[in-house]
Amino acid sequence: MTIAEDKLESPQGRGGIGAYLAANLREYGLLFALIAIMAFFQVVTGGTLLRPINLTNLLLQNSYIIIMALGMLIVIVAGHIDLSVGSVMGFVGALAAVMIVNLEFSIGVTMVACIIVGAIIGGAQGYWIAYWKIPSFIVTLAGMLVFRGLSLWLLEGQSVGPFPREFQLIATGFVPDLLPGGEALAAVLDVRNLNMLALATGIVAAAWVIWSGMRQRARNQSYGIEDEPRAFFIARIAIISLTLVFILYKLSTFRGLPNVMITMGVLTVIYAFLTERTVVGRRIYALGGNEKAAKLSGIKTERLTFLAFVNMGILAAIAGLVFAARLNTATPKAGFALELDVIAAVFIGGASMSGGVGKIVGAVVGAFLMGVLNNGMSIMGIGIDYQQMIKGLVLLAAVIFDVYNKQKG
Amino acid sequence: MQDMLLEMRSITKTFPGVKALDEVSLKVRAGEIHAICGENGAGKSTLMKVLSGVYPAGSYEGEIHYDGSVAAFRNISDSEKRGIIIIHQELALVPLLSIAENLFLGNENANKGVIDWRETNHRTESLLRKVGLSDAPTTLVDKLGVGKQQLVEIAKALAKDVRLLILDEPTSALSESDSQTLLDLMLELKAQGITQIIISHKLNEIRKIADTVTVIRDGQSVSSFDTTDGITEDRIVRDMVGRSMENRYPVRTPKIGERIMRVTNWSVHHPEHANRRVIHDIDFDVRAGEVVGIAGLMGAGRTELAMSIFGKSWGQGISGQIEMNGKPVDVSTVSRAIANGLAYVTEDRKSLGLILDDTIQRNITLANLREVSNGVVLNEHAETRVAEKYRTDLAIRTPGVFQKVGNLSGGNQQKVVLSKWLFTAPEVLILDEPTRGIDVGAKYEIYGLINDLAAAGKGVVMISSEMPELLGMCDRIYVMNEGAFVGEMPAKEASQERIMSLIVNH
Repeated sequence: MTIAEDKLESPQGRGGIGAYLAANLREYGLLFALIAIMAFFQVVTGGTLLRPINLTNLLLQNSYIIIMALGMLIVIVAGHIDLSVGSVMGFVGALAAVMIVNLEFSIGVTMVACIIVGAIIGGAQGYWIAYWKIPSFIVTLAGMLVFRGLSLWLLEGQSVGPFPREFQLIATGFVPDLLPGGEALAAVLDVRNLNMLALATGIVAAAWVIWSGMRQRARNQSYGIEDEPRAFFIARIAIISLTLVFILYKLSTFRGLPNVMITMGVLTVIYAFLTERTVVGRRIYALGGNEKAAKLSGIKTERLTFLAFVNMGILAAIAGLVFAARLNTATPKAGFALELDVIAAVFIGGASMSGGVGKIVGAVVGAFLMGVLNNGMSIMGIGIDYQQMIKGLVLLAAVIFDVYNKQKG
Repeated sequence: MQDMLLEMRSITKTFPGVKALDEVSLKVRAGEIHAICGENGAGKSTLMKVLSGVYPAGSYEGEIHYDGSVAAFRNISDSEKRGIIIIHQELALVPLLSIAENLFLGNENANKGVIDWRETNHRTESLLRKVGLSDAPTTLVDKLGVGKQQLVEIAKALAKDVRLLILDEPTSALSESDSQTLLDLMLELKAQGITQIIISHKLNEIRKIADTVTVIRDGQSVSSFDTTDGITEDRIVRDMVGRSMENRYPVRTPKIGERIMRVTNWSVHHPEHANRRVIHDIDFDVRAGEVVGIAGLMGAGRTELAMSIFGKSWGQGISGQIEMNGKPVDVSTVSRAIANGLAYVTEDRKSLGLILDDTIQRNITLANLREVSNGVVLNEHAETRVAEKYRTDLAIRTPGVFQKVGNLSGGNQQKVVLSKWLFTAPEVLILDEPTRGIDVGAKYEIYGLINDLAAAGKGVVMISSEMPELLGMCDRIYVMNEGAFVGEMPAKEASQERIMSLIVNH
């Protein structure tokens, strides 16, 4: 046995909980950072952060960032970047406003048209990046300017609104309580009202977290690669599932499940499955990990890159619809600099600039982390100047932490 | 005792959990060429890093005596000041700077920060002459082949008044003729009084130029002897692997069947220069159970030929026909080539063959994800089963298939690449330099695998720059030169001399 192999074996089998924690700091770090930041703001805002109404707001405010972060994660894992998403989002919002408010198209037609336009925009940018090998940074920087200009042109520099009520519901509506027993339970728990559907969703989600966690652990154990101490596993799963139940309970005492949350949740689950369990997901990671090797393994790298940008365009369009519906108006400045928040969320979530690394769940948690920071600081009345500085430093710290961990490991 | 330039005494270097060097001693006489041999991971590079100050004094035990005093280098520039210069396997040149700029990088001929270009170019010319290069000092390093780049590295060392020159596997990426040039240069530098240490796997080279050989195995110095004492290669191999290796190539009784693949009139043009033809009207065939070699010098176009066949991965304006089992097939994309039973194991496994950050399992299944999925959703249990099967079959030495490929040794990485292609169930495997950068023991295992493939009725095309390897492994050998086949012979009738004369006289 050579020395190189000895080195491989040595980190395992020895060292206790401390060593395990040190080796997996990144994954726990993100989760604990989110919890710590929430706890911090909960205290300094005197309990405002976790009030049902604020929690609902927090979700609505960050929904479009999270939706775009899903696409951005794929783009970044594939080894690219998209700087145009903020502008594309704004442009699609403007298009929706012009179609619905000025041209009086129906909401359904408008939404389908907007999503198709998003796909075309993504495809137009992806074409140059994938088939002409023009750096994505350049293509999407150009796209950022082009679509910013197009929004201005389309809106003729004006704000267009308001939207009909049914369109606003995309972003501001709530799912009606389909389950009985809400009033009775509300009386028992001494709260004003209680949405049973929201509460049930929280419990089901928590149960799913526990079930899939145990399944994964059992599988890892059967291959002898499980090294997470039992106590850690229980604590981690318990914290995640309790947090889910807690948040959904809070929401249920306000107006229940926001429509946007359903959109967001469904998209997150779809993309998490897509990236982790499907052939195309695996190929995207391979493409980002080593494009040449992927190509020589029979993967159509150009087409995959192209599709990653088409997908990004579609998600930016969905985000644009949600954003416009939420503000109830389309303005030429909508989505300005938003791409930076989206990219920051993905990197805070653990993706690597060089591609091939990153998870959907990480990107979503990263986006929430930024969202809680924004929200908490706003409640505290911290000026936008300090907010920007703090967000910048958090991003830098997260990436330095990653690099440090990688060097050490 | 002749005067020693360098003496390393009982060097012990420990990394967390592993003793990389265990009381290693090394004595290098002034003015000699000293060869260090050992398998990958034996500790050769670690020893050189201790010597050059990459691992600073204090991080290891033992003493280094250099040029009459105890040396305690804190970093590389400390050791460079004393004239110890290492040329690493991966060259440290900046591709888009000129030769002159590279030679004096960090050591510029400058006055108050302003570079004196006349002086720089003048000195560059004289240094290049010393290493036998006639390129202009302003040539970009990018434009030079690997062989010339290696010479530029040596010129760079000469620019720093080198006294002890260390070359880490200098010929591993070079063709036979470039290697020869380099070895001649080493002998010339020796005549000028420069002491040299060469780390190499290639025993014939060591025998040619080294005065003394030290063998390291598992972090210990095993033996040290003068080559003048009539030491055989077998002795060195035995010390390296710790066992006798009578036959370097496992025996196989060929059972050659029907023709599987036939290539006719294959021509390829350069990817950037559309009217430059690189491959000229090549015809060849491969039979079931046959190992066919393609011999040739670096730059003969062997890799280009292989990659152009495998999904048109190289070149443009490709013409010619490929038949599999008598029927013409379309191999215009990699996935079609795979579907038609071809596999190509690249010569550059790190940048073209593997995803180093991914696990063994993910690398093995990458080229045939269809087989471990329902077409859309992956079946991770099936994936693990497949990976475990190949881990056992090919004896990949690893704690588990969930290890990152980047952590494996070269031989084990090569086995992962082979596994990946075996999993696509190919009929013909094209192996491009399958044993490059692999130690003697792992080479033998790879040879065994190649024989197993042939025995299983597959066709194997083997491209190699090491002629003994081709002679030892193949049934039939094609000789390639400047993009065309210049000869074909059964391996029984082949010899290094005959192959070389075909190349030279073409």
